[in-house]
Amino acid sequence: MNAITPITAATKPDDWASDQEVRWCPGCGDYAILKAVQRTMPDIGTARENTVFVSGIGCSSRFPYYMETYGFHTIHGRAPAIATGIKLANPDLDVWIVTGDGDGLSIGGNHMLHLLRRNLDVQLLLFNNEIYGLTKGQYSPTSQVGTKSPTTPFGSVDRPLAPCAFAMGAGARFVARTIDTAQKNMPEVLKRAHAHKGTSFVEIFQNCVVYNDDVFAKFTAKKEAPANQIWVEHGKPLLFANGSKGLRLDREHVRLSVIDIVDGDVSQVLMHDETNHLLAQLLVEMPFGEFPKALGVLYCDPAPSFEAEVHIQNERITAGRSGDLGALLSKGQGWDVKPARGPNL
Amino acid sequence: MATSFQTDDIPQPPADNLPHPEAVVVRFAGDSGDGMQLTGGQFTLSTALAGNDLSTFPDFPAEIRAPQGTTFGVSAFQINFGSIDIETAGDEPDVLVAMNPAALKTNIKALRRGGLAIIDSGEFGPRNLAKAGYAVNPLDTDELNDWQVMAFDISALTLEAVKPFGLGNKESLRCKNMWTLGLALWMFDRDRAPLVDWLKTKFAKNPVLADANIAALNAGHAYGETAEIGGPLKQYHVDAAEAQPGHYRTITGGESLALGLVAGAHLAGLSMFFGSYPITPASPILHHLARLKEFGVTTFQAEDEIAAICSAIGASYAGQLGVTSSSGPGIALKGEAMGLAIMTELPLVIVNSQRGGPSTGLPTKTEQSDLYQAVYGRNGDAPLVVISARSPTDSFDVAIEACRLATQFMTPVMVLTDGYIANAAEPWRVPDRKDYTPFPAHFTEEPEPDGRVLPYARDPETLGRRWIRPGTPGLMHRIGGIEKALDTGNINYEPANHQAMTDIRKAKIDGVAKYIPAQQVDVGNETGRLVVVGWGSTYGPIRKAVQRARSAGHDVAHVHIRYLWPFPANLGALLKGFDKVLVPEMNTGQLKTMLRDQFLVDARPLNKVSGQPFKIAEIETAIAEMLK
Repeated sequence: MNAITPITAATKPDDWASDQEVRWCPGCGDYAILKAVQRTMPDIGTARENTVFVSGIGCSSRFPYYMETYGFHTIHGRAPAIATGIKLANPDLDVWIVTGDGDGLSIGGNHMLHLLRRNLDVQLLLFNNEIYGLTKGQYSPTSQVGTKSPTTPFGSVDRPLAPCAFAMGAGARFVARTIDTAQKNMPEVLKRAHAHKGTSFVEIFQNCVVYNDDVFAKFTAKKEAPANQIWVEHGKPLLFANGSKGLRLDREHVRLSVIDIVDGDVSQVLMHDETNHLLAQLLVEMPFGEFPKALGVLYCDPAPSFEAEVHIQNERITAGRSGDLGALLSKGQGWDVKPARGPNL
Repeated sequence: MATSFQTDDIPQPPADNLPHPEAVVVRFAGDSGDGMQLTGGQFTLSTALAGNDLSTFPDFPAEIRAPQGTTFGVSAFQINFGSIDIETAGDEPDVLVAMNPAALKTNIKALRRGGLAIIDSGEFGPRNLAKAGYAVNPLDTDELNDWQVMAFDISALTLEAVKPFGLGNKESLRCKNMWTLGLALWMFDRDRAPLVDWLKTKFAKNPVLADANIAALNAGHAYGETAEIGGPLKQYHVDAAEAQPGHYRTITGGESLALGLVAGAHLAGLSMFFGSYPITPASPILHHLARLKEFGVTTFQAEDEIAAICSAIGASYAGQLGVTSSSGPGIALKGEAMGLAIMTELPLVIVNSQRGGPSTGLPTKTEQSDLYQAVYGRNGDAPLVVISARSPTDSFDVAIEACRLATQFMTPVMVLTDGYIANAAEPWRVPDRKDYTPFPAHFTEEPEPDGRVLPYARDPETLGRRWIRPGTPGLMHRIGGIEKALDTGNINYEPANHQAMTDIRKAKIDGVAKYIPAQQVDVGNETGRLVVVGWGSTYGPIRKAVQRARSAGHDVAHVHIRYLWPFPANLGALLKGFDKVLVPEMNTGQLKTMLRDQFLVDARPLNKVSGQPFKIAEIETAIAEMLK
């Protein structure tokens, strides 16, 4: 096990920027996410040398190169598997996975499923831009039906995956959602993700200026935001549109509905309970248009994390013993051949 | 603790009136549900305790419980044991135990002419005969005239023996294998006591079953004593083999390899992380290691083959020794990740327990057809070290060697073993820790003398790069699969840099040849008319065949290659000292092609891909052909 140095001097956002030139397209949403992460890390307070960013392949996966931490830019879709080995080998490391909708949900979908099911203690940032950027604009598993791309010149016909719904189904214990440009809210979401022990799944709507520009504009554009974003907060009523609308539980149909708030009466409005699995599912699956996009910490209900359980079991079984190699090698029924007087010589 | 039996404690037989063959081959064959592997395993243990050298060949179907009585559901276990050095499981059995018509049908042709077939006639009813494809009962015809046949109703005899214990019919018949084992123990003059102890432990929770099985064992033994008179059934005594002094046990290739990995990580001073996904015939390695937590072993059953190797790479990155294990199809899935380990120059041991291919192929049968895959099977110029195990016991040393090369050279190392080695058992002289020199891994914890952080700075001798664990203050850096700058490891696409890095990756692996033993001649002289070259599990039959050919006066030698990539530095010169080169392989000629490519020698192939190991005689014939 590594000797982990205690948290020493406070850091500044710049201390978290590596000397590598950032190579995303001008105007890419990734810049804003990088900035938000670098701004948040000093507040989180982990030492840089104990922090590891692990990524797969894609535009988002270049992220580790730009962080002044340990970083591993791996292969397409496999970051969760690599991170699992890192975290099992050294549970003291603070591991962040950076992935995208293609990397994490298409080629790496299986690893994502099992990462969430096992509940490894890592933060997973999924940059969702609903398109393949690095391979030049093909549609992705989160692209809306009808997305025209080089591989779907007449529009895609397969239905998209909802990342947070996938995560909930896979057994995630922390699910949050934010937007690349939400510089005020994102640090809070990242801090919550970090504080959560277990896999923290954070979907970040990220604008690809080149291949899918403004695909989220219907809720991210400044004038659309109030009516089309609902930032949830544990223990607070689910209100949006500057408090003029709220979410109500339609008990008869077990679904949500939007109600107008009259005279500040929020008695019909649901309170957000981030430990309520069913509510979180309803929130992540609200069809956009009829409903706003739910953002913030949608679900947080901690459970034992995988690497902790592995180590607890290892310690329980070994009970502090370290094995005797000689005894192990000669285990089982054996026999001795004596020197000088071998059998039947 | 090990229970030790000293050879001179074993009751010596009234040996003088018994035949003393040098070696005997016995094959137990029955239905998958008849417990033949268990019978074979216990017979192996009693053989080992009697001090014989031995080699086994378990041969079972891929189906877990194939339909009863069918030919494809036959499970067999062959053992060759003797007072001489035993290198193979034997070309042809001297004794066949056939528990049903299907077992007889599929195995009788292998029995030596004149050999003894012991048959459970109680299973030869119309249904079983039909399932095996016998129109008439072969026990009633002259079909078995080439062999000595001893047919009796083992089923009825077993039922009779276990009657006092009040078991149901099905449970009673399950004791048949112990009855058969009892007979075999009598035949080869073996002590029953260790078996009785073993049964008592195995059925500790159900003493009635223990007693029933012991009764069956004793009944089989007693049957031998009484049936001896006048029949073909005879008692033999195989003397103990000469052996180096020391403590011995039997071990299978799977367990030996697992223990070698533990010892290797130990010698490197590292904890081991073993990421794997179940696959036949590699799973036993994961099973063994999963129990060894107190040796600093973490095992992880991943969601798939790719996650298995990736988790191992992650663990190596974090400072443990990452190991992954699979068989051919799984190795194919791991290919891209091996490239990542090559690019990021992290230590990694990859075990490939080969089986018949391509695709799903023959999951439970042996082959050595993944040599190309091991040496060449990745995108880009992606060299890694490839070494091979030749036998169950050799797997231990090969696993240690893989750990040494991986950590000293910061490279993936692939270990090739196969289904035959993995399942076969041999006596093993338990090694002493002092027999092995430690090779402690080194972690870089300070910047370079000039204050720079250079993860790709190298040891000038081995060309291994710096191993810097996350968690080390002041040495933060980024690595990945994109081409790296020569020293910093940062992304670099420059033409001259890629040329230089490709050259270095090649030079590093080529340079391993300087740190491995020179190629020796296993049997015979350093020059001559013919050299027979092998690798992996063909070691035994080739060695025996060459020894026999030399006894017959032929000028032939045996070269066995452990290091397949890079080859030992002197291999080319050595092969050129012979007029002819013969390469027996359980594939269509992969090593043969590599030798031709590397050394421009006229290597000739001898290929067998039936899922069965070579017979000594097959190689002897090929040697004779080459020397005509």
